[in-house]
Amino acid sequence: MKPKVVRYLDRGEFPLGAEEALALYRAMRRARFFDEKAMTLQRQGRLGVYAPFMGQEAAQVGVALALGEGDWVVPSYRESALLLARGLPIHTLLLYWRAHPAGWRFPEGVRAVNPYIPIATQIPQAVGLALAGRHRGENWVVATSIGDGGTSEGDFHEGLNFAAVFQAPVLFLVQNNGYAISVPKSRQMRVEYIAQRAEGYGMEGVVVDGNDAFAVYLEAKKAVERARKGEGPTLLEALTYRLAPHTTSDDPSRYRSKEEEEAWRRKDPVLRLRKALEEKGLWGEERERALLQELEEEFERELARADSAPEPRPEEIVEHVYADMGPDQRRAWEALRQGLHVEEVW
Amino acid sequence: MVKEKTRVLNLVQAIHEALDLALARDERVLVFGEDVGRLGGVFRVTEGLQEKYGENRVFDTPLAESGILGLAIGLAMGGMRPVAEIQFAGFLYPALDQILSHLGRWRHRSRGRVGLPLVVRAPYGGGVHTPEQHADSPEAILCHTPGVKVVIPSSPERAKGLLLAAIEDPDPVFFLEAIKLYRGARAEVPEGYYTLPLGKARILREGKAATLIGYGGMVEVMLEAAEVAAKEGVEVMVVDLETLVPLDEDTLLSAVKETGRAIVVYEAMRTGGFGAEIAARIAEGAIDYLQAPVVRVAGYDAPYPPFSAIEHLYRPGARRVFAALRRVLRY
Repeated sequence: MKPKVVRYLDRGEFPLGAEEALALYRAMRRARFFDEKAMTLQRQGRLGVYAPFMGQEAAQVGVALALGEGDWVVPSYRESALLLARGLPIHTLLLYWRAHPAGWRFPEGVRAVNPYIPIATQIPQAVGLALAGRHRGENWVVATSIGDGGTSEGDFHEGLNFAAVFQAPVLFLVQNNGYAISVPKSRQMRVEYIAQRAEGYGMEGVVVDGNDAFAVYLEAKKAVERARKGEGPTLLEALTYRLAPHTTSDDPSRYRSKEEEEAWRRKDPVLRLRKALEEKGLWGEERERALLQELEEEFERELARADSAPEPRPEEIVEHVYADMGPDQRRAWEALRQGLHVEEVW
Repeated sequence: MVKEKTRVLNLVQAIHEALDLALARDERVLVFGEDVGRLGGVFRVTEGLQEKYGENRVFDTPLAESGILGLAIGLAMGGMRPVAEIQFAGFLYPALDQILSHLGRWRHRSRGRVGLPLVVRAPYGGGVHTPEQHADSPEAILCHTPGVKVVIPSSPERAKGLLLAAIEDPDPVFFLEAIKLYRGARAEVPEGYYTLPLGKARILREGKAATLIGYGGMVEVMLEAAEVAAKEGVEVMVVDLETLVPLDEDTLLSAVKETGRAIVVYEAMRTGGFGAEIAARIAEGAIDYLQAPVVRVAGYDAPYPPFSAIEHLYRPGARRVFAALRRVLRY
């Protein structure tokens, strides 16, 4: 059964109140601002390898804002927009992408765990985290995310099946951006929509225009609602496109055409939402300028804070391996702390 | 530590009792895996626990080991104390991505925010004519994974206290149970709740001629070899490592220094096995004391043979340990 693609934008529909719509736009514009700054910093050698999300703001922010305060996010590695909208401070995120240990401990109040680098391993873990909430009587919902390529992994199947069997309160966000680095979706699967697979697991499957913030947000809200009521998980497929390279080390011109990129640029999720707000009289050039000014100031402040993080200590290598250091870590820790090699003090 | 009242239990009963006590003591403890619920586990370790604690706390999962490990990690992340069962240690392999990429890494990559207090139990090893793939000893793979602990008990009374300590531990612990000992090992086991420390090796027998070092199912083999040697007037020391990670190097090295001769016994295949790590530690920390090469008695560099008429030749027995002993004493 082929699902229909949920879409509101470009149809003259405006299904949200002004406040919610503006909150979506601000969070998306803020994320876009971060992404552009991060790319620049990386080119200047002030950030490590970075995975940009430009073009996927609606899919990520739409889900982030649909969650309640006590809900959890279990992200993949392209989810900086999701993390920012979830409340991860910019300086922490910058330090994360600088591969600085201070950016790898997310603050206690932020209900998100570190991004996953292996593909699809987060899926069964998200299910476990969701069930922990049920056991504790805290009724939190877990939103986890994956790309179209990731759905080929075995853990995607195992995790979705577990979630369905246990009726776990999980929102599985699939950002279908058409490519797993260079490999197109047609090489990952024969089905047209990934959400069709939901039926095979016995769960809800929904496809949305992933560049339509209204569609993502509203469908995510319904999914969170269902999950919280004990009606089980949802597979939410957001059709979107990565307007940037896979990472700062990638060259997309080797696998996709300028025409294709151009066509998607015209569907830029940030611009589409802005246009809808402007048509409603909720936004304009002046408010945009003021917002950018605000974002610039915030970013400069946060960047300065990231810059002031102390250099990592060598002995941090062997810290946090166990709650209590084992004898082998202890020996290495003592050596590293004195600027020695462990071989010198054995 | 040791309670006064004891009774004789086998390994299955001792582990069952530990799980029962842990479930009763801590609401956060959950026991799950394949066939652990209604059936009570293929070895009956969890028999009756679902009835007693309900389907929310003792439950069957779909047949998917990576899913089980992922579920356990997520549950621990969320503040539970999962005790997952993998039906046979040789069935851990589908879960290796969860184990190698995540299980031992979460505390480190979250700089201490996300610790995973969980236990993965799995029966391991040969000697009872199990079908193909059911007799593997993959402890070296687990020990080669940062951030996890590996415990392999050698008797019912040790298993009970070590398992309870593993469940209390703030970090992930693999708890491997020798299939051969499940019903083969019987011992006086204290009643009630008690823990035994992880990371401590034990000297089971004193002797001056040589030091036998092993763990789990090989401990009774070493003790049998020591008994045979004693009848010939040769007293050997026997060390039960019990915890492989973190390793009690102090006890290991002092035991080797005392005799100057070391034999490492393990039933996994020889190359790259945990015995190689023991031999390396001895070479690094006690070479001045050695009067003979460190010798490994281990499985052959071949898959554990599913051929029941000859499988006993793969798994080290007292005769092979004794042969190694003659060799190091002659050196």
